[in-house]
Amino acid sequence: MSATQQKDSVLSLRGISKTFGAVAALTDIDLDVAAGQVVAVVGDNGAGKSTLVKVLSGVHSPDSGTITFDSKTVGIPSPAAAHRLGIATVFQDLALCENLNVIQNLFLGQELRPLRLNEVAMETRSWELLRQLSAKIPSVRVPVASLSGGQRQTVAIARSLLGDPKIIILDEPTAALGVAQTAEVLNLVERLRENGLGVIMISHNMADVKAVADTVAVLRLGRNNGVFDVNDVSVEDIIAAITGATDNVVSQRRARRKEGLS
Amino acid sequence: MTTTLATDRQDERLQSREGLRGAVTDVIERARGGDLGVIPVVVGLVVIWAVLQILNPVFLSSTNLVNLTLESAAVGVIALGIVCVLLVGQIDLSVGSVSGLSGAVLAVLFVDKGLPVWAAILAAIALSAAIGWVYAQLFNRFGVPSFVITLAGLLAFLGLQLYVLGTKGSINLPFDSALVNFAQLAFVPQWLSYTFAVVAAAGLFASGYLHARERRRAGLSARTTSMLAVRSIALLAVLAFVVWYLGQTRGVGWMFVLFVALVLVMHYLLSRTKWGRSVYAVGGNVEAARRAGINVRAVYTSVFMLCSSFAAVGGILAAARLAAANQSSGAGDVNLNAIAAAVIGGTSLFGGRGTAFGALLGMIVIQSISSGLTLLNLDSSIRFVVTGVVLLLAVVVDSVARKSRTSHGRA
Repeated sequence: MSATQQKDSVLSLRGISKTFGAVAALTDIDLDVAAGQVVAVVGDNGAGKSTLVKVLSGVHSPDSGTITFDSKTVGIPSPAAAHRLGIATVFQDLALCENLNVIQNLFLGQELRPLRLNEVAMETRSWELLRQLSAKIPSVRVPVASLSGGQRQTVAIARSLLGDPKIIILDEPTAALGVAQTAEVLNLVERLRENGLGVIMISHNMADVKAVADTVAVLRLGRNNGVFDVNDVSVEDIIAAITGATDNVVSQRRARRKEGLS
Repeated sequence: MTTTLATDRQDERLQSREGLRGAVTDVIERARGGDLGVIPVVVGLVVIWAVLQILNPVFLSSTNLVNLTLESAAVGVIALGIVCVLLVGQIDLSVGSVSGLSGAVLAVLFVDKGLPVWAAILAAIALSAAIGWVYAQLFNRFGVPSFVITLAGLLAFLGLQLYVLGTKGSINLPFDSALVNFAQLAFVPQWLSYTFAVVAAAGLFASGYLHARERRRAGLSARTTSMLAVRSIALLAVLAFVVWYLGQTRGVGWMFVLFVALVLVMHYLLSRTKWGRSVYAVGGNVEAARRAGINVRAVYTSVFMLCSSFAAVGGILAAARLAAANQSSGAGDVNLNAIAAAVIGGTSLFGGRGTAFGALLGMIVIQSISSGLTLLNLDSSIRFVVTGVVLLLAVVVDSVARKSRTSHGRA
């Protein structure tokens, strides 16, 4: 974690901890995300990835630690607060209302003209967003229940773009997608980076991580287990860090030295 | 080709259905998929009316139908509140007691304490809104299931109603008061009824036309003007016929107009406002609604308060209609009729599905059964059984439609 990285970063976590009863889900987590940077957060099941996402999106409050956003220390007590700050989250379960149609889901909680909904403007904007993602959704006026898994993922990602966020968190965005749609999502992640957004991508798929991420942060049993530059690390090293096959300190030293050299 | 196509019609997989025939095909397709809308309730109503008319030729007479509209208003308003709580996936079983209590409070304040009638009405509604607020707090803070909270409320507020009425047990409202006059004798003059019908049809056409024009300007597909005209003329024909037929005797009661007006207001709130969207979202997927930044607790609070307030309005209308508040006001089948009306009107017990108009249609079904069986001089025991069976049928239709929606991907 070099000093320059901290200065640029839009979002910095320091010493974040969260326990559920006797279980320490997160212990002393540090994470930095800069504008135009894709940070992949990887880890085994139960490593604390989802808890970290929930802390950042305001679903859970951390027990200790500080969150710095735009060089101000902030609290994220609620999803609405996260939204106001400019942190948008696409959850793994997508959090879509199946009884509502695509437009209604996209604008849920941020409808235009609250007292006399502007359906036309919302529909036009929905089509813009979906075209931008080159999404293959035949109609935006059908209930989300009738869409396929990939189409739902697209709707969820399109929704996260509505509020012009600074940070987008994608929780396993390609887990349920076909080959072409995975490529579309990866293209989209790159487009988000080009637009200067910080992207946190939770993933199990090492190919996806190597393809789009700039930095890989490994979590293991709720703790940091190394932060790597994606160009300097092999898939085997990442997997070793995920499973704990390498000594923490050694891998961290190696990562530090590589950063110093580059 | 794509240049002339509307933005929302460009996907090649979309089957284009234009004009009147297309609209009919769409309805049939949707019904097959389990998106039944108002079809079952309209079919049910036709069957019930046909059977009751055969059993007793008085049933479809103008006199009886005028009565039916007046009788349906009170419980119909309560059903409107039930629709709201069902939409968020909750239930209020205490609407009967709360309506009885507010009738009693109204009578005590108005007759015994001599308050002006508007003050007594406001006090009764405010008290009920407060009851709804308490329900919501219990639900939000302690997570007690709403059916248990309101079941407790059912008993507690029945007790409070008996206490408020005191040893007399019954308070008569004076016949010359504006309230009783409104509920029993106030009918819309025939010319004004026709005006309402014309205004409704013109309003439907105007709003549809403006909306279609806005959509076309934004490059979206829209209904054609001729389709809109057909729809408005159909509405005008139906309303004019109803007004003419009811006008053969007393005409359209102001109380029924109030009920329909409340339905229209709720329809607007539910379908055209941010609040309405959040109600459907909470009913569909609470977690998704919460993560979308919707204040879920506030939605629950508003809905419980709204339901209790509608129960109060219904109780006041019932007291005015009877010109009295007594120990049996709001007791018996009021609760179940209100819930049955909402469910028969297509509101799903599973939340997130239903409309304000459902309360109107469902209420007319329930009231038809009740009125028809009364005309047949049948005992209330049989009436209860029949209403129970109809409610059960409605719930079965709801569950079957839900299964069918799931298998057709429309859940």
